[in-house]
Amino acid sequence: MTRLPAVSVTICVLLVIAALFGWALEPFTPDAADFAAVLVPPFGLEGGLAQHLLGTDQLGRDMLSRLIAGTHISLMTAGAAVAVAGTIGVVLGLIGGYLGGLVEAATMRLTDAFLALPFILMALAIVAALGPGIGNIILVMILTNWARYARLVRSEVLSIKQRDFVLLARVAGVRPLVIALRHVLPNALTSILALAVLDVGRAIVLESSLSFLGLGIQPPDVSWGLILAEGRTYMSVAWWLTVWPGLLIVLAVISFNTVGERLRGHFDPRSAL
Amino acid sequence: MAMFITRRVGQTLVTLLLLTLMIFTLARLTGDPTPLVMPSEATDADRAFFRQEYGLDRPLPEQYFLFLGNVLHGNLGISFRFREPALGLVLQALGPTMQLAGIAMVVAIVIGMPLGILAAVSPVGRLAIFVRGYASLGQAMPSFWVALMLIMLFAITLRLFPSSGYGSVANFVLPSVTLGFYASASIALLTRANMAEALRSDFVQMERVLGIPWRRIVLKHALRNAAVPIVTYLGLQFGLLLSGAIVTERVFAWPGIGQLVVDAILNRDFPVVQASVLVTAVLFMAINLAVDLIYAVLDPRIRT
Repeated sequence: MTRLPAVSVTICVLLVIAALFGWALEPFTPDAADFAAVLVPPFGLEGGLAQHLLGTDQLGRDMLSRLIAGTHISLMTAGAAVAVAGTIGVVLGLIGGYLGGLVEAATMRLTDAFLALPFILMALAIVAALGPGIGNIILVMILTNWARYARLVRSEVLSIKQRDFVLLARVAGVRPLVIALRHVLPNALTSILALAVLDVGRAIVLESSLSFLGLGIQPPDVSWGLILAEGRTYMSVAWWLTVWPGLLIVLAVISFNTVGERLRGHFDPRSAL
Repeated sequence: MAMFITRRVGQTLVTLLLLTLMIFTLARLTGDPTPLVMPSEATDADRAFFRQEYGLDRPLPEQYFLFLGNVLHGNLGISFRFREPALGLVLQALGPTMQLAGIAMVVAIVIGMPLGILAAVSPVGRLAIFVRGYASLGQAMPSFWVALMLIMLFAITLRLFPSSGYGSVANFVLPSVTLGFYASASIALLTRANMAEALRSDFVQMERVLGIPWRRIVLKHALRNAAVPIVTYLGLQFGLLLSGAIVTERVFAWPGIGQLVVDAILNRDFPVVQASVLVTAVLFMAINLAVDLIYAVLDPRIRT
């Protein structure tokens, strides 16, 4: 097994913990306004307060608490989307690769067609029709992501199908479904996992971009992109409103990408160049 | 070769059909546009007339073919908001977007290619590590955040460039750097990988033995060999830049397609959304198709 990059793995784990249990760590309620402490700079700067470590926004809401709440929504949205997209793609890829023939041709043409569309435009068209909000953002990400899994799983199936142990199982009369689930899928699992981890990074960027445009997560929910969008107006007086969430996005995406690429490199040393 | 072209063109047509089907479905999901278009004092008879005029009273499959026919005739509907043909609005906005994407492309090549070449020839690999860091940063930083940080530094603090607007040369600097930065990261990575491979090849080793100056080997012979995949990739990048421009335009108030489409979504002006998505997607696919066909002409190995 390849050694995973320790720093990136640690950051990913910390982010997931913050996303799951962060509410317990939030020093304040994320959407509690405090007009006595508006636009307080981060602690350590002139005017900073110890109880607001990362400062407050234009309504006096605590930045640290909002960032933690944003972590919850940003990561959960990405995670849910990747899980569903992955499942759909894996199932279609398995069916296509295993059955071959017309079914395969149909699923693969559909996959190609989806991969050839510019996904940000697809996302915009879907949001335009269905409206913003968490559920629709997840739907957008599922629609734009499943095809990559289908293609990956199909190519894995095609290569594994020819291996001796699968042929033997077939000769021994094991049913196709059992072969697919018991023998083919486990062999493809690491590369699926690698793609999923890489997709989390992609999903975080997509969600934050849409939220930034006002087409994603809507208040009173909080996400990193939304905090950035709200902070933009106050950029000339309060840099901390846009710098913190941006840094978090970059940190999260780099960590997930590094882990994903290392996982993939384990499979295909060429891509790790 | 003919086989490859036929298949590739066929594939593009399937994608196009899927795209129109998707847009049509989404357009129907937005609901009946009649109340959005007709003035509030319109009578029920007026509304019925409108529905009939636009074919909204026909069965869905028939409506789809009607829609397809309209698209083929360049009729993409009338903007609810501006009362003008949506296609005209989109074509008007296409100019600024193409300018921005074009200049961003130049920025990306000027930064990315030299970085990639230097990293490939760097003996200790320190530059290679730098390029890897640069590339992963470039891929992880969302363009709107890069844009905001550039504005904060160069427009608010240093007051060197305007933070938004369109018209003068200075207006181009921040948006094109924002957009170009993202593309430069992947161009650098790809250049490095292809150059490294070309430098390892037998003929380069042979030339070294023959005593041809190193600089000449790198810049003339190895680069020429590495050029085909790089140039192909530049084509694909341009397509990505077109769609990437959407977010960047929004931040800098750039009067392009991105700005148009986001405004249209926020104002529920679906014909404009539909026209923007169609035009940009067709452009994107046409570029990809052209790149693939050119690649097939240049490199016979991929014509399978």
